[in-house]
Amino acid sequence: MSSTPQTARNVQHAAVEWAVRRHTDETWSDADQQALDLWLAEAPEHLLAYWRAEDGWGRTELLGALRPFRAPSVRISDQGPRNWARRIAAVVALTALSGAAAYALHEAPSQPEKTYSTVVGEHKTLALSDGSQIEMNTDTVLRANIARGKRQVVLVKGEAYFQIKHDSARPFIVFANGHRITDLGTKFRVRNRPNSVEVALVEGLARVDTNSNAQSGHSALLKPGDVAVATANSISVTKKPAAILSHELAWRQGNLIFDNAALAEVAAEFNRYNRQQIVITDPKVARLTIVGTFPANDAEAIINTAREVFGLKAEQANGRITISR
Amino acid sequence: MGDTPQTSERSNDPRQTGAATVMHELRTWFVSEVLPLEQALMHYLQSNWRRADDLADIRQDIYLRLFEAAKERIPHPARPFLFTVARNILIDRYRRERIIPIDGVPDLESFAVATTEPGPDRRAIARDELRHLQAALDRLPPRCREAIVLRQVEGLSRKEIAQRMAISEKTVNRHLCDAMNLLLDMKSAGDAP
Repeated sequence: MSSTPQTARNVQHAAVEWAVRRHTDETWSDADQQALDLWLAEAPEHLLAYWRAEDGWGRTELLGALRPFRAPSVRISDQGPRNWARRIAAVVALTALSGAAAYALHEAPSQPEKTYSTVVGEHKTLALSDGSQIEMNTDTVLRANIARGKRQVVLVKGEAYFQIKHDSARPFIVFANGHRITDLGTKFRVRNRPNSVEVALVEGLARVDTNSNAQSGHSALLKPGDVAVATANSISVTKKPAAILSHELAWRQGNLIFDNAALAEVAAEFNRYNRQQIVITDPKVARLTIVGTFPANDAEAIINTAREVFGLKAEQANGRITISR
Repeated sequence: MGDTPQTSERSNDPRQTGAATVMHELRTWFVSEVLPLEQALMHYLQSNWRRADDLADIRQDIYLRLFEAAKERIPHPARPFLFTVARNILIDRYRRERIIPIDGVPDLESFAVATTEPGPDRRAIARDELRHLQAALDRLPPRCREAIVLRQVEGLSRKEIAQRMAISEKTVNRHLCDAMNLLLDMKSAGDAP
């Protein structure tokens, strides 16, 4: 494709130029992105050189995360709404049961930790005085240790969306199931599932390290659109389109968005947000697919869709809604 | 998908998503499995090709051929495949330039052995990498180092770096690019202490 032979050196210099601009130019626009995409499509050596340059750039970013903690210039304390205080006693008891495993995996905290929780169907935003924000989804428990020289959160259970103000002196670290997510100036979502932890990166850069107690730790550097699933001994990273990522964050507006999701999946998702559980036992019904946006706390909307679109029956009894043919 | 086509008003284009996934897989493979072998590859090339100026181009040829092959099927593990491609590319070059290597065809044996060795602990690699990175930073020209440290360690924006260093943003960009090129070269050569 390239008519003039391109020396590897020239290609590398051009790739580095693109990568550096892409990461540091605050005026980076859609037109710039298009120009980059064009350049990448021009020749495979451009693409490979760009991947190599970005990898190199990403590696230097590790310096910031691995840098030893340093006394902060500004003291940060949690400024969350006061009415949580009342709930803390109850939450601490719950944490003691469900959080024991995760707790043991991170260093003994020298700073007082605070525990926050949401009940089923609740959505809560924690605003930290450093400008960072944590949105807690339904049925979630987390412990935050935001203090002198450190910013750490343990996601004991559930799901949260983090919008972190970067501070290279104090990396923001989220522990979930022993895995460690180190923010490098980021917006990301973490969901703690029974056997795995899912991290979706919306913006910025973050590093995921698997359970540090395991035989061999794995780590992955996440870029926007990356979704990492960490289990006890592996990390897999896949790319998700921006639209899917935003669907998976619709809970922040109190919605659930499904795009060709199986009814079984819809029910499972819905059940996370409601005490009244939807039950589907018929596999044929479970496989029906749905497209749409539903309020997370509105059972009626789902039931009506099941009735009107699929002609299904819905029976309510003992806090359960059974959908069948 | 399901057995209810009437509900799928918005259909994804599976081919497009598929292509994107493949490209992403290729990238992940290239970055996580091929690039970490670059030092070993360059060492192999150095001992089998005399003109140092050609090495980067030879590496580019190797990566290109590897990439073309990986589009069909991603080779696991990457190492033996990479070195086989490297050997073939070298042989092509010998032919083209009518060079008869004194030691005969490049020796793959010593590299093949390395593939069966158990890899070191990943955390050790991470620590090592950081040590190498810090050593490499120390070898950058002072202004380049200052710029990259302000950016990557201190997290300053390009504008803030320009103010701090009393230079234009354009010069900051130049320093950052120079720093990255030097770091890539050092990493590739494996001569960071």
